Formats: sequence, structure tokens, C-alpha cells
Amino acid sequence: MSDQAIVEKLKAKFSSAVLDVVEHRGETTVTVEKERIVEVCTFMRDDCGYNFLCDLCGVDYLGKLTPRFMVVYNLYNITTKQRIRIKIPVAEEDANVDTVSTVWGTANWHERECWDLMGISFNGHPDLRRILMPADWEGHPLRKDYPLQGPDREPYQGRLS
Amino acid sequence: MAFNTETMVINMGPQHPSTHGVLQLILELDGEIVQKATPHIGFLHRGTEKLSEYRTYHQIIPLTDRLDYLAPMSNNLGYVLAVEKLLGITDKIPERAKVIRVLMNELTRLKSHLVWMACHALDIGAMTVFLYCFREREDITDIYEKVSGARMTSNYFRVGGLSADLPEGLEQDIRAFAESMPGHIETYEGLLTGNRIWQKRTIGVGHISAEAAIDIGITGPALRASGVDWDLRRDNPYSGYEDYDFEVPVFEEGDTFARYKARLDEMRQASLIILQALDKLKPGPILADCPKVVLPPKQDVVESIEGLIHHFKIISEGFSPEPGEVYQGVEAPKGELGFYLVSDGSPKPLRMKVRPPSFVNLQGLPQMVEGKLLADVVAVIGTLDIVLGEIDR
Repeated sequence: MSDQAIVEKLKAKFSSAVLDVVEHRGETTVTVEKERIVEVCTFMRDDCGYNFLCDLCGVDYLGKLTPRFMVVYNLYNITTKQRIRIKIPVAEEDANVDTVSTVWGTANWHERECWDLMGISFNGHPDLRRILMPADWEGHPLRKDYPLQGPDREPYQGRLS
Repeated sequence: MAFNTETMVINMGPQHPSTHGVLQLILELDGEIVQKATPHIGFLHRGTEKLSEYRTYHQIIPLTDRLDYLAPMSNNLGYVLAVEKLLGITDKIPERAKVIRVLMNELTRLKSHLVWMACHALDIGAMTVFLYCFREREDITDIYEKVSGARMTSNYFRVGGLSADLPEGLEQDIRAFAESMPGHIETYEGLLTGNRIWQKRTIGVGHISAEAAIDIGITGPALRASGVDWDLRRDNPYSGYEDYDFEVPVFEEGDTFARYKARLDEMRQASLIILQALDKLKPGPILADCPKVVLPPKQDVVESIEGLIHHFKIISEGFSPEPGEVYQGVEAPKGELGFYLVSDGSPKPLRMKVRPPSFVNLQGLPQMVEGKLLADVVAVIGTLDIVLGEIDR
């Protein structure tokens, strides 16, 4: 099934929840409503064959987009060898998303990483702890307003590029 | 008389010789049986993704070497392919560059698998294999040094091609090495496959079913040893892999022994691909002809003012891909290595996310060791073939 057909199928099922469909360099990205993500992911897995979650991450669009964050799900279909990308917009003041670790077990660590580095929390996650940073760390380093050299330090004076 | 029994919590790592780096495992034991295993990672976190947001696309290539430092060129390849896709110049890469990329990538696969086998066997107690594997790895490291100047952190590929052509006479060396490799693999097999201790330590150990492996996200040889026939080189070919004739070894058992055999067969296939790549190697340019985004050949920088200007612009300012996002997955030795790049139209990526295979494969460790013997934990860490450099990034 082509990406087009998958998108049509998704639209037919979740008409109002599909916010945007973009094709760039031959890759399809579907933006859906945050509230429906678990339903959409379950549908993608069971009815469209996207049985593999390759990657899950947050992207910070501070000053470029409202709402501020996107959570990105890169899916793969092992049978047809196709990829598709699902995104959900997440607002800064309401930075929590329902966990998809019930849909794919692999989401567990990815979501922990997203919480740790981007500060987006996942409702219903079985074990939402920091994963890469120390347990007592403050702040979320991958946010755009988090300084590169770390908090409470003089900005780096040398050349970065 | 009732015995007072309780579980014991022990700490393994982060300075344990068999955790392959700074991995810490908290193990809850009932006698010698592991009740619960909790991995703790992040001791080697260097903030690669954060650093990438402050660097131009070319400056990120050396950072990728340091992810999976046992297979640096695979990381280079995944990253430059992602940038090329973002720029839309994938089909402009010259044939010679593509062939050399495949050649180096398969040498990298051998390099990574040799370290895996050496350390895995050493962990389980077969010490001899270690020396044999490192002898061959040394040859690959020498090839690395000749092509890129570095023995580990190669930084060899560039957006649009390569940093330099192969030095003269190296093709013969690589051919001689690739032709000798199947014989070496026979030697390793002779030391291990029929060895009863090896079989006792690996057959049935760390079993994972295909469904469980897909659910937890395991990729690469570890997934193929559970009976899932999926290899990105064949199924979503990149860099011209569709033109090579190779087999994808698949085993059904899903245990440590099957993963061992899958990787051994992969090494055999890798040496075949190397020979095919050498046959395909024809003289030609090694950089794409896209002067605004691809560095000009060194000769042009010295001889022409346009070359000098383009070189200066790309090095000082970088290039700005149009806004958009791409995901590029490659079959790294350890599994699917993915790069997700978001461009906002500036010379630096808005976001670079690495999907490291080891990070996801390690997540499968608890369910492979829980309810099993403590000694098997060491075998399972070895069979997962993890590198903390890419887990922690």
C-alpha cells in the first residue's frame, strides 16, 4: 500500500484528528492530535502493519512554532519495508503525552529519554525516570533555552563554528 | 526449622570488565537466579545531540565517529546519507564514492564483529579467540589509517562523497585481506562452534522470540537470529547496495548460539561484498558536482578562485538545506542506526536525533536474563553487542 493510501485510511478513521500531511524527500509525515496518539498508534500497528517503532523523540521549536514541541514517532512496517512518520504538537504549559509503551514495548526507554532531555512527560508510563542524565539533575538539556555549556556557567567565548 | 530466605541485590558495573564499557546493572538475585535486572546508563553521555545543534552539518561528522567507536564509518555513512537526503542530492553521488562507501562500510562491519567475537568469547572464557580476532582487526585498522589517517575515529565520508580517494596500492591490500578472511572465520569457528563448553554456555541462553524482539525494538543480527528476515541493505537499499549479491543469514532459535552464527555468517557475506565492491571500483570523481553544498576537490581549491570561494563558504558558513525533516536508517553492524534530521533553513540542524541500535537492543536485556543464572548475564551482555558510546551519546 502506498503512503498515500495509508494516509487516506488514517484520514477515513480519524478525520478530525489528522491535522497535517507533508511529503518531503519522499517521506510522509502525518501530524495528528495529541489526545488521539495511542489510538492512532494502535491503528497503525494493527490495521496498517506498522509493527515496528524505530524511534521516538521530541523536537523543540522554541520561537518558531506554537505549540512549542513536537513528539515524533518514526514507524516501520517490517512486512512491506515502508516507513511513515507520525507527529503530535505538544504545548509547553501542558507538556504531557499518553504513553505508547503499551503499544510498543520499545517506547519505554525512548520516552524516558524524551522526558529526561526534553522535559515532556508521558502519562501512564510504567517507569518514568531520567535515563541519560543523573537522577538529581535539574532542567532538560535538549530544550532550546537550556544553555549549551550548562546552567550557571559563563557562556563559551570561543568559536563554535 | 524454617530458613530465612531473602533476595540479594548486587551491583555489576560500571567498572566491570564484562560490561563492555560503563554499563551498570542492578541485579536482584535469589541464590544464583536473577530475579530482576535494571540497567543504568548515561555514564558516557557527552551531549552529542545538543552539540550538533550548534555546529554546521559538516562539523557534525566527527561527532558521529564517537557514537559507535567500534564502527565509526557506519556512523559516518548513516549521517552523510541523512544530510544528502535532506539536501536532495542522493542521486548525484558519484559511483566511485558509493562503491568506496560500501567497501569501507563492510570492512567496518568486519571490524565491529571481530571485536564482538573477541570480547564475547573472552567473557565466556574462551581466551584464545580474542588474540586471533584482534590480529585481523589490526589489519582493518591499518586500512583505516591509510584511507583516513586515523585508526579509529575515521571522519572519512563527506556530504556528497569522500574526504580523499583511496591511496595507491591499497586495493590490493584490501583484496588480499578480504580473500584471507573466510579462512580466518574457519579458524574462529574451529575454536568455538563445536566446543562443548561454548555450546553449553550459549545454546538456549538469552532466548528471545521474534514477537518479543520486535516489540522491544531489537534490530540487526540479534533480530535475524530470532527468525525475522529483515536487513536494511537489502530491503531499503542505500549507497548502491541493490547492485550487490549477498545473502542475509537468518536463524530461528533466538538464543545466544544463533546470534553467534548469524554474525559469523554476516562476516562471510561482508568479505564477499568487499570483493564485489573491489571489482566495481572504477576510476572517477569522488565528490558530487554540487558546488554550493559539496566541498570542491582539493585541486580546485588550490587552482581556481571559484573552488577557493566555495571551499571558504562551505567551511566558514556551511550550507542551508530547505526546511524539512528526514529519517535515514542504515544497517550498522549492531542493527538499525537511524539519523533523524530537522532543518529550519539555517546552516545548523534544528534537531539531530540518533537512533542507536545498542540503546534499543540493551532494553531487551532484562527479559533475556530474568529467571536465568547470574553467569548468563555476562553471556547476554556479550551477545547483544552493545557499545556504550552510542547508548549514552
